[in-house]
Amino acid sequence: MKKQKKSRWFYFKKNLPLTMMALPGIILMILFKYLPLSGIVLAFKQYNIRDGIFGSAWNGLKNFEYLFRTKDAWIITRNTLGYNLMFIVLDLVLAVTMAIILNELHQKRAAKVYQTIFMAPYFLSWVVVSFIAYSLLSVDNGFINRALGLNVTWYSQTSAWPVILVVFQIWKTLGYSTVMYLGSIVGISNDYYEAALMDGATKWQQIKYITLPSLKGMMIVLTILAIGKIFYADFGLFYQLPRNSGPLFPVTNVIDTYVYRALKENGNIGMSAAASLYQSLVGFVLVLTSNFIVRKIDPDSALF
Amino acid sequence: MSKTIRSGHKERRINEISNRSNAILLIILTLLAAVCVLPVLLVVIVSFSSEQSIFMKGYSFFPAEFSLEAYRFFLRLGDQIVRSYAITLFVTVFGTLFSLVVTTMLSYVLSRPDYRYGRVLTLLLLFTMLFNGGLVPSYMVNTQLLGLRDTIWALIFPMSLNVFYVVILRTFFRGIPLEIIEAAHIDGAGEFRTFLTVVLPLSKPGVATIGLFTVIAYWNDWFLGMLYIFETKKYPIQTLLQSMQNSLEALTQSSANALEYAEMAKNAPTDSGRMALTVLVVLPVMLAYPFFQKYFVKGLTVGGVKG
Repeated sequence: MKKQKKSRWFYFKKNLPLTMMALPGIILMILFKYLPLSGIVLAFKQYNIRDGIFGSAWNGLKNFEYLFRTKDAWIITRNTLGYNLMFIVLDLVLAVTMAIILNELHQKRAAKVYQTIFMAPYFLSWVVVSFIAYSLLSVDNGFINRALGLNVTWYSQTSAWPVILVVFQIWKTLGYSTVMYLGSIVGISNDYYEAALMDGATKWQQIKYITLPSLKGMMIVLTILAIGKIFYADFGLFYQLPRNSGPLFPVTNVIDTYVYRALKENGNIGMSAAASLYQSLVGFVLVLTSNFIVRKIDPDSALF
Repeated sequence: MSKTIRSGHKERRINEISNRSNAILLIILTLLAAVCVLPVLLVVIVSFSSEQSIFMKGYSFFPAEFSLEAYRFFLRLGDQIVRSYAITLFVTVFGTLFSLVVTTMLSYVLSRPDYRYGRVLTLLLLFTMLFNGGLVPSYMVNTQLLGLRDTIWALIFPMSLNVFYVVILRTFFRGIPLEIIEAAHIDGAGEFRTFLTVVLPLSKPGVATIGLFTVIAYWNDWFLGMLYIFETKKYPIQTLLQSMQNSLEALTQSSANALEYAEMAKNAPTDSGRMALTVLVVLPVMLAYPFFQKYFVKGLTVGGVKG
């Protein structure tokens, strides 16, 4: 017993220099990743400022009852899942297509230039993109209304927003995903294509029987990992792009924006904490499941 | 001689798509490139249009009259813009350095197979990627317990430790043979010196890529500003821009020139003004982008699959 204690101390001392180097990171992890977990209690409390996070009275599952009694709970869940599903499918199909096209281009230099241009919007913030969108969609001065001679109030036209949101999401992120697939395609050995050519395979057949099968692993892994994150929406897209416009909420409100508005605009701490925890828990289950599946398919691509 | 080149050329051409398909693809790609560039160009052009022209022709690629009105307006009443720019600049520079120091040191320690607590620490870190309390608990803890409300640290610390980057860098550091590290130890270098003089120089490409992503993340951040900063005076530039969705008011709320503004309020270049600020916000990123994009591509392929 005594001996074991001594050796523990010995190892602690031996590892101390490395521990000291990791210490700033460990402190940040505790303060910003683990300490916030204590705030989860808010989901089960009737929060008031005077009593603070830990002093406020418990109210059991009331916050959740309120949350799920509103029709908002259904709307935000539907929107979050619906949009994310659409993004996953479109991103997969379009990114692979773009990567194949860029790879087939005769002019390799030009392909590089296109790739650089397509990737650029990824580095703009959603605030900036919201102003870009505004220059196109503004009622009075917007380019679209003026160019087409329309008078559409886009920022209260609910039917248009599922399309607008998808278009801008793809606009911003497609180039980025394309690059990933392009990297894989470039890595496919030329021997396969030459052998196929000998057998008289057309370009379409080569794509169908060589390129796509080679990308299959990556496509599956990226898709499953994206499904693992399907309960989290891109806050900037759904908050900034529609400029927080109230009439659009039925088609733009997702879990993340709902939580934010309940917290900052309505000050309903209990309910927003409940929605927040609902998202974390379902998200947790989804990530675990998707990672479990990925590990079955390709252990190297699994997160853990 | 020409024959071999031609046959080599021909061989390559057999498996290339036809010239016609290639031309069609070029046209499609050029159109798509235009879709990427033109909306940004529109914003730039509007920022240089006179208000009169915007009133007549709307946001147009061909304004009736070019004007520096918006930028002049900023020069006269721009103290908030300068302040916000300075805040963002500090946050970006200091935040990136701080984040890189912390992240590289932590990743290096975790990459060492002989570090006794590596497994536990890695597990603790990975868990935070899977489960977090969500927005509300972080917000309440950061404002109530850590006192970050309305401080510049609220813009830096909450995003300074990115677990995903730790995972990537750890893999990167693992590529360095342990013998090199041991050799440095035998030469009498302590852990920290080994890290600084041996490990870091060998890992420049990886660290540079992570650093660039961090720079962009800090520069582009508006969320922390919107969440934790209540005083307009302390807004980072992106949050300031966001507050202009409705009016230019934020510019002068805390300005010494408020009176002057009131006089000019009637003919403030609201439309071109917010587009001009958008241009000022994007400009540094877009200027730096062509030079750095190859690092981004590299970074994507390094840790892409786990993104």
